[in-house]
Amino acid sequence: MALRPTPINPSQTPTGPTPTLPHDHLLALPRSLLPLLAGVGLAAGLHFYVGPAVGPFYAKLLIDIGIGILLANSLNLVNGLTGQFSIGHAGFMAVGGYTAAAITYYGSMRLWGSPAVHGGFLGSGELLFAGSCIAGGLVAAVAGFIVGLPSLRLRGDYLAIVTLGFGEIIRVLLQQTGDVLLTADQVRETPWWVLPTKAGGALGFTGLPYYTSLFWVYFFVTVVLIVSLRLKHSSLGRAFLSIREDEIAAEAMGIPTTRLKVTAFMLAAFFAGIGGGLFAHEIGVTLNPQDLGFQKSFDIVVMVVLGGMGSISGVTLAGGLLTVLPEILRSLADPAVAGLAAIFPISPQTQDELRQVIGSNFRMILYALALIVMMIGRPQGLFGLHEIWDFRWPGRRRSRLSARGAP
Amino acid sequence: MLASAAALAWLAGTVGLIRPAQAGPDPFQEKPAGEPILIGEYGSLTGPEATFGQSTHNGILLAVEQFNAAGGLNGRKVEVRVYDNRCNIQEVGTVVQRLINQDKVVAVLGEVASSRSIAGGRICQKAGVPMITPSSTNPQVTQIGDMIFRVCFIDSFQGYAAAKFARDNLKMSRVAILYDQAQAYSKGLRDDFKRAFTQMGGAITTEQAYTGGDPDYSAQLNNIRASNPEAVFIPGYYTDAGNIALQARKLGLTIPLIGGDGWDSPELANIAGPAIEGAYYANHYAPDQPTPEVREFVRAYRERFNAVADGMAATGYDAANVLFDAMKRAKSLSGKDLAQAIAETKNFRAVTGTITIDANRNARKPAVIVQMRGGEPRYVATIEPPEQ
Amino acid sequence: MPKFVQTLVDGLSVGSLYALIALGYTMVYGILKFINFAHSDIFVLGAWISLAAAVGAGWSTTGQFLPVPTWLWVSLCGLTGVALLMTAAQRLIARFVHAEPDRLTAQVASAGGCHPSPRAPARGPSVLTGAVRGFLGWRGARTLTMASLAAWLPLLLYHAAGAVRAAAGPELSAAPGGVPICAAGLLSALLVLLCAVSLVGWVGFGIERLAYRPLRTAPRLNVLITAIGVSLLLQNVGQLQWVFGTQPRRMPSLLPDVTLARLAGVNIHLVDVIATGTAVILMLLLERLVFHTRVGRAMRAVSFDTRIAALMGVAVDRVISFTFVLGSSLAAAAGFLYAMKYPGLNQSAHMTWLLLGLKAFVAAVVGGIGNIRGAMLGGFLIGLIELFGAAYLSPQLRDVYVFSLLIAVLLLRPSGILGRVAVEKV
Repeated sequence: MALRPTPINPSQTPTGPTPTLPHDHLLALPRSLLPLLAGVGLAAGLHFYVGPAVGPFYAKLLIDIGIGILLANSLNLVNGLTGQFSIGHAGFMAVGGYTAAAITYYGSMRLWGSPAVHGGFLGSGELLFAGSCIAGGLVAAVAGFIVGLPSLRLRGDYLAIVTLGFGEIIRVLLQQTGDVLLTADQVRETPWWVLPTKAGGALGFTGLPYYTSLFWVYFFVTVVLIVSLRLKHSSLGRAFLSIREDEIAAEAMGIPTTRLKVTAFMLAAFFAGIGGGLFAHEIGVTLNPQDLGFQKSFDIVVMVVLGGMGSISGVTLAGGLLTVLPEILRSLADPAVAGLAAIFPISPQTQDELRQVIGSNFRMILYALALIVMMIGRPQGLFGLHEIWDFRWPGRRRSRLSARGAP
Repeated sequence: MLASAAALAWLAGTVGLIRPAQAGPDPFQEKPAGEPILIGEYGSLTGPEATFGQSTHNGILLAVEQFNAAGGLNGRKVEVRVYDNRCNIQEVGTVVQRLINQDKVVAVLGEVASSRSIAGGRICQKAGVPMITPSSTNPQVTQIGDMIFRVCFIDSFQGYAAAKFARDNLKMSRVAILYDQAQAYSKGLRDDFKRAFTQMGGAITTEQAYTGGDPDYSAQLNNIRASNPEAVFIPGYYTDAGNIALQARKLGLTIPLIGGDGWDSPELANIAGPAIEGAYYANHYAPDQPTPEVREFVRAYRERFNAVADGMAATGYDAANVLFDAMKRAKSLSGKDLAQAIAETKNFRAVTGTITIDANRNARKPAVIVQMRGGEPRYVATIEPPEQ
Repeated sequence: MPKFVQTLVDGLSVGSLYALIALGYTMVYGILKFINFAHSDIFVLGAWISLAAAVGAGWSTTGQFLPVPTWLWVSLCGLTGVALLMTAAQRLIARFVHAEPDRLTAQVASAGGCHPSPRAPARGPSVLTGAVRGFLGWRGARTLTMASLAAWLPLLLYHAAGAVRAAAGPELSAAPGGVPICAAGLLSALLVLLCAVSLVGWVGFGIERLAYRPLRTAPRLNVLITAIGVSLLLQNVGQLQWVFGTQPRRMPSLLPDVTLARLAGVNIHLVDVIATGTAVILMLLLERLVFHTRVGRAMRAVSFDTRIAALMGVAVDRVISFTFVLGSSLAAAAGFLYAMKYPGLNQSAHMTWLLLGLKAFVAAVVGGIGNIRGAMLGGFLIGLIELFGAAYLSPQLRDVYVFSLLIAVLLLRPSGILGRVAVEKV
């Protein structure tokens, strides 16, 4: 199975024999693992060479970008491919994050007596962390099932409200949890089913070890990218797209729309849960319920909408760009205000306020305006449903297109 | 694959766009006089809890200006690099990293909210840069490590002070608690007050919870009234305290209200009006305290910012001054030496009392109890920390 | 017993506010078939603008907080001046250039951008020329004049409120709780309400015109996203220091703090009675408008089927704009009443407002979305459930009760209590 995307428009299907291996060929399996291995290699390269070379600040920025890409692609599965409007995604992040945090923290306490980082690269500590992230994703998928099943039966507008409400309920429930246990003895005495209720409440889950590294972030990013790309061009993905285009027609063609919508929802929640786990163990983050609310959900929605709902490359680009936007604005605030002050007479007080507005408030206003203008002017976002390699870039040889049977 | 390659190439370009402020040479080495010393400040200057961050920032700014005007550190001026983290925990990590790695500050003045202080503190501890938090009261903040200090009291002492005042000065034995379940500060202070008050022989009649920002407290207030207390302890922020006072009076509940330092804001009287008259709260300082430091500070603050200095501004001012005092005494400006100098702060006369940093890197100093009279907080009593 | 009556009174009072907001949601959904996320921010805007108007009209002694900025004065004057000039110019042109113009011909001609001369140019005017001529033509001038005159309305009401209050003199003490019952005071409060309502109505009109009308034929998902964008824009612009700022503020009491009656051991306050009473009056007026007037009939027709209504001669665009203005005005009135009942207003991006809007939306859904009587019923129901749940179960989980009700309704009867099960034909 080649990675080259097959075109969506049936008039563009290749007319000639395609140079692919049949599925049961001996060499098919290793070839299909090639992208995954390449991704793992890339992640390792980032972790060992790029990370130390650029310094901790840029490394953290790269981690943030990776998590942003992961979350944006996870939401793309629901909002983009299936066309359902979910705006409570941060709730699934919270579920996954807290599950992963509880497993890592209390697991470390039980196994090694302290919550500090244990073992080196791919050591037992990191494997526990990876396992807990995946467990967090699974729990989030279950939550996605519980939330999705009643609301996906109905019209799309309701899903938005229900997911929003779900995010709020999760926040309230998480705030009721008790203090985090600090010593190994306390952890040993408490039965394991009580431990999840000791998640720190409103203060947050403090004391988590910093396991999130460039390697793990980009490993999971690779997984989600591969899954998304493969899904988009598989029959399941086409079913999703058909639901997005016209749900009633899809139902008429025999596609079980509710079941597939719930599947997409669960898949998205799974990856959001993994994203939450990575977020929880990131350096400088105290996982707390207030920060995984509507604001965060909205940030992810903006990434998906601006990048083009359904376009994986578009969403990836938008996810990365919007993650670093606050930093860019912060860097631009000073020179911008200095430039303005050179033209207009502005008092220092107003300059301070302007600096603050450009650095902070402006971002949200920019997002809101960008959304509105995008929807009116270019609703398909940056790339629409296409990928970055579907466009006719200048310099692209005609022969490649004709080999694919373009008209 | 192409996507990853394209994305990476684009990433490199975008990351290059991020040009943080000029990172000078290593500040720990001796520099010719005239090179400014960079200190960092991170806080929430915008967002839902912006008022506390703004006040703290003003206090720090005033301290820096006064310090520079008095000649600075052997002629070297201090420059404060401030970043706004928008009440967002993910940004706390980014801005603190930026301060430490890009701007290469010698010390960091940190957040109001304890959860954000903890997040930033862990990075500072790992990087070996001392951090002083002006007003985070949760005990976990300084437990992070030996680089993290605090110039305010911790919640356990604040709860003790409020309980002692209620018991000894107001002679109360039955108090109800109304706390904010969405704020760790509120829950922590509730626990500390409860412990101290019951230890002193008092009784907590009922504990009711609300979610910060909720407009309607009638259910909780009715339950409180039914339990027949002599006072209500409200360890929340001023926004809710004002509304609670209004509704309590409307429901006919006239017993005194007691609060913590979260009440401290000029807006409290604006929101609650006459409903808050006669209420008490524990604070870091009172603007009308008769000490010369307070008088001077209030005057200078009013001159510079045309406003009354609240507790956050005072603690910010003190944090900066403690740092400057330590910088004068330190052997060098490296992290370890500076931290040691801060830890050795003894009897430093500050606006919010005489500060001594104890073995847990917390400030050992008294709390004041103020009462709202005429729309302003008026000094009532000082509660000393218990002998240990 | 007193607890029950107290909770009942509070529940009805809060429920009436939820009902007012839910009406806006339901009307927009009925007409345009989408959930207007920005509606709760209109409500917040109404509350804050009433605060600004009240303070500006002199109701608080803490000084002017939001004086009308110079640029607003200048823009309004400039706009009105330009509009009047254009209207006058059009009349002059019509009189001297087109001798004895037929008004209809002149309208059509200038709106189309074509000159009605026998020697018409071979090529039609470019799009730009046509647009400019259309804008400067009769229709453009007329619209602009009406718009700029209407834009003065909130400002005039604001000043009228201030003038009335000043005329009442020093007997209207500014200290909250000390305001005596006074006709001038009530009149001034009413003017503040009308000012807020008219201004926010304008904002609603603007939002519909600029953000929603271009998406009339777009898929619903796009409109939803735009609505979220508008909502965030309103929130964050409201948070700027130059607008409302990040500090919570207190709405001055426009009404005296008197207890009207004592019912079964419970105080009934004037504020509650006025808030609930005003809400009920507005709902009755709306009911009358929608079910007993031509405009209402047009609204109902558009909500049944937009295209057929257009074929029947209903001015669909105007009806939709009118519905938006109506919904926004009701939300603004709800904001004013809310500010009177709970005077401590949080900053515009606070979580509380989001939750309030969500609960009002739940009320609309529970009652049957698209159904006006359902929205009113749903509002009261949600208010009572929330308050009774908070009083008799746990007050911490009041939001959870409302959302559980939403999920239950969606599972069992998605069309709501009074809603019709709509069959979608393909």
